[in-house]
Amino acid sequence: MRCAETGYNLEIDLATGNIEKVETDPKLTELHLGGLGYNVKLFWDRVPPETKAFDPENLLIFSSGLLCGTPAFSFNRTCVTTISPQTELLAYPMMGGFWAAELKYAGYDRVIFRNKSPKLVYIYINNDKVEIRDASHLKGMGTVEIRDILKKELNEPKVSIAAIGLAGENRVFTASIEQGRSSASRLGGGAVMGDKNIKAVVVRGTKDINLARGEEFIKHVNKVGEYIKFRNENPLKGVMTILSGIGSPQEMKHTDEKWHTENFSWGNARTRRRDFWTDEINQSWSSTQRAAIKRYISCFNCPQQCGALISYKDVPRFKQKCFTKLTYSMAAYVDNLEFNFRIAQRATEYGVDGFSTPQILAFAVELYEAGILTDKDFEGCPPDKEGRFNWLLDRVVRREGIGDILADGTYWAARRIGKGAEAFDHNTIKKHEQLPLKLGMMDPLYFLMYSTNEKISITQIEGNWPQAPFPTKEMREEFVKDWPQLPDDHFKQYFLDWEPRGENSNPYYPTPDMCSEIVDWMEEIHNIDDALGLCCGMGSFCLKPPYHTHNYHLLVSSATGLDIDQVGLKKIVNRSRNLHRAYNVLKGMRRADEKPPQDHWKKRFPELEEQLLDTYYKYKGWNMEGIPTKEKLLELDLDYVAEDLERRGILKDGQN
Amino acid sequence: MAKIKKKIKSIKVNADKCNGCRSCEIICSNFHATPKYSSINPARSRIQVILDPMTDIWLPVFAGEYTPAECMGRGKYVIDGKEYDDCTFCRASCPARDRFKEPDSGLPIKCDMCEENDPGQPPLCVQWCYNEVLIYEEREEEVEEEVRLDEIEIGLESLVDKYGFQKLVDSIARMSQKGSSL
Ligand code: SF4
Ligand code: SF4
Ligand code: SF4
Ligand code: SF4
Repeated sequence: MRCAETGYNLEIDLATGNIEKVETDPKLTELHLGGLGYNVKLFWDRVPPETKAFDPENLLIFSSGLLCGTPAFSFNRTCVTTISPQTELLAYPMMGGFWAAELKYAGYDRVIFRNKSPKLVYIYINNDKVEIRDASHLKGMGTVEIRDILKKELNEPKVSIAAIGLAGENRVFTASIEQGRSSASRLGGGAVMGDKNIKAVVVRGTKDINLARGEEFIKHVNKVGEYIKFRNENPLKGVMTILSGIGSPQEMKHTDEKWHTENFSWGNARTRRRDFWTDEINQSWSSTQRAAIKRYISCFNCPQQCGALISYKDVPRFKQKCFTKLTYSMAAYVDNLEFNFRIAQRATEYGVDGFSTPQILAFAVELYEAGILTDKDFEGCPPDKEGRFNWLLDRVVRREGIGDILADGTYWAARRIGKGAEAFDHNTIKKHEQLPLKLGMMDPLYFLMYSTNEKISITQIEGNWPQAPFPTKEMREEFVKDWPQLPDDHFKQYFLDWEPRGENSNPYYPTPDMCSEIVDWMEEIHNIDDALGLCCGMGSFCLKPPYHTHNYHLLVSSATGLDIDQVGLKKIVNRSRNLHRAYNVLKGMRRADEKPPQDHWKKRFPELEEQLLDTYYKYKGWNMEGIPTKEKLLELDLDYVAEDLERRGILKDGQN
Repeated sequence: MAKIKKKIKSIKVNADKCNGCRSCEIICSNFHATPKYSSINPARSRIQVILDPMTDIWLPVFAGEYTPAECMGRGKYVIDGKEYDDCTFCRASCPARDRFKEPDSGLPIKCDMCEENDPGQPPLCVQWCYNEVLIYEEREEEVEEEVRLDEIEIGLESLVDKYGFQKLVDSIARMSQKGSSL
């Protein structure tokens, strides 16, 4: 009997229509767990590195995490894994919601799509009954409106639906996969889904998931639950409200946006609006937000409520979470929040990433203002800011006119447009739009998180370590007193000695050695979350989370029955992490790509930055190009990877 | 029948606050698994969250008595601009629908206030609803003494309704001859 996982994959060949339920090898779970870890292994084994995003050989995997569907709180992530059209690397946009758990109840750990369907279809998985169904009547339909139609058509109100909108159908590089409350938005998963001609994947499941040692498991979960309650009742002191709690950023609840509006340079990341948050704005934004939110909603088995049902004036209802609340208004330089709710509703129906897309639209406006794009490109565009953004969004999702170029994202669009447009692509890493940070001093921890992680989305930059030093020694002492999440007590000293100014401050403190330890730990937690299917808001993405390095393994072992301790778990995720890196190395990624956007920080330190990379690579067991060394690979039982890298001349024997 | 004093257990449902997390469904099914906590399947839960997000309906409903026949006429309610049909609030395991039936056997399920597995403690769904939608209350009432059927009897009753008494007896006889473990 398989525990925690179902032990089955669903393999669907879209070209032939062949559907197979395949029992998985338990050994693979022992080596890679589930979610991201397992998917990376599938890519390594089955997808040649030359494969491009829109080649039929590219797989599109919808995977649950190892603990999804169990009673452990907040394990609900669907890990979509595919080659990104934008970065051309192995990407894994993730989403919360209900889909992953439902898939497991249907009896599968993941669905693996290969090849392309000759016509638009949707997939209906109802326990053992799996069908590829015609979707021609759903063409062009929005990701929200499609939900009720499918539920009626299938006569199943309890299905989970992951769907693309017009953007995905048209292979827009920032197309998302939408699930009602949540979406897998980053890096173009929706574009690959559209390329494969899948409009939606609909799941309903009513089967059991087993737990190896249920009583023990539930005891651990109850302890986590107690801590969740404690953290909800006791927000952290000494940090901004938004960082004081657990869960994803509570953007639907918080109304004070001084920090996010004034410290990021929304638009396309050139200017910061330092005096934006006036009393007047505060009042108008708060009341608009309160009027728009009908109900707070959560993901599967999570006590937090990061999402909301939006019901605003005549705007058709939709659900929202996180920063899509304000990204469009800020990027368009429209000072009211109403505009954001209006355009976000349309963007959600179209199915586009709420981080990248507003930046792309702003990028177009900037190019127009700079005379690089012309009236001809903007023919028919209304002159006002709101109208212009709406018009541009419509062009992008339809790939019409200039929209066709913009639909590839700022990096590729800048290169296609030329005429100096490249200079306006100043907020991408590895060709992907980033959070439009614009801060004073380079931050060594962020620098490493940003540069070196394969996630390439906003969640990669934040971890369990506070974003800034605390001003007084007393506050620091107070903070470290109760910090069981740390992997080791000596980290506390790093924090105690970290000061806002002087010798022990950014960018030279924490030192590159300390940064390596801290970042390695934070990254490991991200990788654990992504393999187990935990929302990073309850693990890797917030301060003092309920799940941490000292309790994951207890849940994993009691749920699965596998004999995995803390060290063992670390090794497993480290193995998958290095396999992922090796795969991306085969796809061409090198040190030169690991650079945060040029103007992220006003003061940069080229020498220190190189030193940070050197030190961190060494710490990770990578060579100076960021490639895992043979020694490291052997240590992680990745002999076959070392052989492959050697055969291709990427690793040279003796020189690593 | 004689009047007796009885502790009535009830759960108040503040549906306006429900966020649809389904934790109540998960823990109910997990708690009632055999052995306890050994598996999860929300479809077996004795509480089901009825969802119609775009109309803002998030409504946890508990499984009640088994009924052999569906209601004759059914109406609709409009409350606060939201439309519900009669069955939405109904606790019955009823031939009109799949709700409150074991997914494999179709046998009726019924909320037992978590009495059978762990008497005395607050119901598990209440403990796991961190948003305080489900509030546990106890009160004393004078009620008429009644004969309650246990779970097996209710299950058998539903099978009798579905297949007829004789068929059921025949099947049980056949199965016991084959040495099937009932
Ligand atoms: S913390 Fe928020 S985003 Fe994360 S699982 Fe819970 S409700 Fe979903
Ligand atoms: S579910 Fe309830 S209300 Fe509906 S028909 Fe059955 S008994 Fe009547
Ligand atoms: S009270 Fe117990 S049996 Fe009834 S629904 Fe809640 S958890 Fe299930
Ligand atoms: S646990 Fe509470 S909030 Fe969650 S679905 Fe059940 S009743 Fe609603």
